[in-house]
Amino acid sequence: MMKRSGIILLAFAIAAGTSSLTAQTVTSGLRGATPLNDEGPAPPMLPNRNTSEKEVRNYPEQPPVIPHTIDGYQIDLNGNKCLSCHARARTAESQAPMVSITHFMDRDGQFLASISPRRFFCTECHVPQNTANPPVSNDFTDIDTLLSRASPGGRR
Amino acid sequence: MTTTADDPNAEMKAKRGFIARSRDFALELWRVLTRPSSVFALGTLVLAGFVAGVIFWGGFNTALELTNTEKFCTGCHEMKDNVYAELKSTVHFTNRSGVRATCPDCHVPHNWTDKIARKMQASKEVWGKIFGTIDTREKFLDHRLELAAHEWARFKANDSLECRNCHSADSMDITKQSPRASVAHQRFLFTKEKTCIDCHKGIAHQLPDMRGVPGWQ
Repeated sequence: MMKRSGIILLAFAIAAGTSSLTAQTVTSGLRGATPLNDEGPAPPMLPNRNTSEKEVRNYPEQPPVIPHTIDGYQIDLNGNKCLSCHARARTAESQAPMVSITHFMDRDGQFLASISPRRFFCTECHVPQNTANPPVSNDFTDIDTLLSRASPGGRR
Repeated sequence: MTTTADDPNAEMKAKRGFIARSRDFALELWRVLTRPSSVFALGTLVLAGFVAGVIFWGGFNTALELTNTEKFCTGCHEMKDNVYAELKSTVHFTNRSGVRATCPDCHVPHNWTDKIARKMQASKEVWGKIFGTIDTREKFLDHRLELAAHEWARFKANDSLECRNCHSADSMDITKQSPRASVAHQRFLFTKEKTCIDCHKGIAHQLPDMRGVPGWQ
């Protein structure tokens, strides 16, 4: 008797559990309230950041991000629009930051007179930034913060 | 025997006859044109001349404008498959306000005299079309630098007039521009040190091989 009522109870519990699971909508930061088998509306496209102000690097070897729009900039075999401002010889007129001297080095460590072909395609590493708020926040901590945490009294 | 001897003579006679006849016709026409009219009233002649002039001038300009449309330009595959295809992805084709710059807006002067001069130059382009100078993609790419250089030179010579037909430096609100554009326009455009095409090459079509072009690498 005891055993049978236990089984019935368990059956009810399972039934209740499954029904509550199916009724539940999964909400996540990326999907929103859209059911898993549906495709929600696409978020609106936002403009790129266009302040032209240098942004601090998040870590020492981060390729600096592009603080302006680069719509329609041609970077191919025929020409490189970025270099018409950022090339060494062009920086006086454009007042743009010069391409790092490390980019003049070929893979054998030899310095060339201008951009090494392997560094020619700027947008492989350097990218413009969007004005959108990220749906998932980033908890990246940079090395300076870590160091100041490790040594009481701040950075030395 | 006699027929073979006579034939060339007869042919020559006919030929001379034709020349003589056409000369007579030309002389007669000249006499009619230089003699005062004895049949039509002066008013009729003036009015007829005026109406004919309107029809001729209107027809001429209508035909001219017909060759000044995007549809006419892209009627040739050389334009449709190369430069027009490239224009489609740029801001001069689709943009937020829906204003489109068509081919002649940038490539044909709007002023009548300059337009006629450019249309006469375009006879070279008709020659190119007839003899297939750029009738394949490869041939077009081979000529791209030369073709682009012609347009750059034209824009440089007329101070980017076709840009300025829409983009006036006087109406430019630099506070609405990005800081970078605002600074560049104040330093180079407003001081007349540079003209539009000096910096804005390749904005509507893809660029040719830019090695050796000033300001490019």
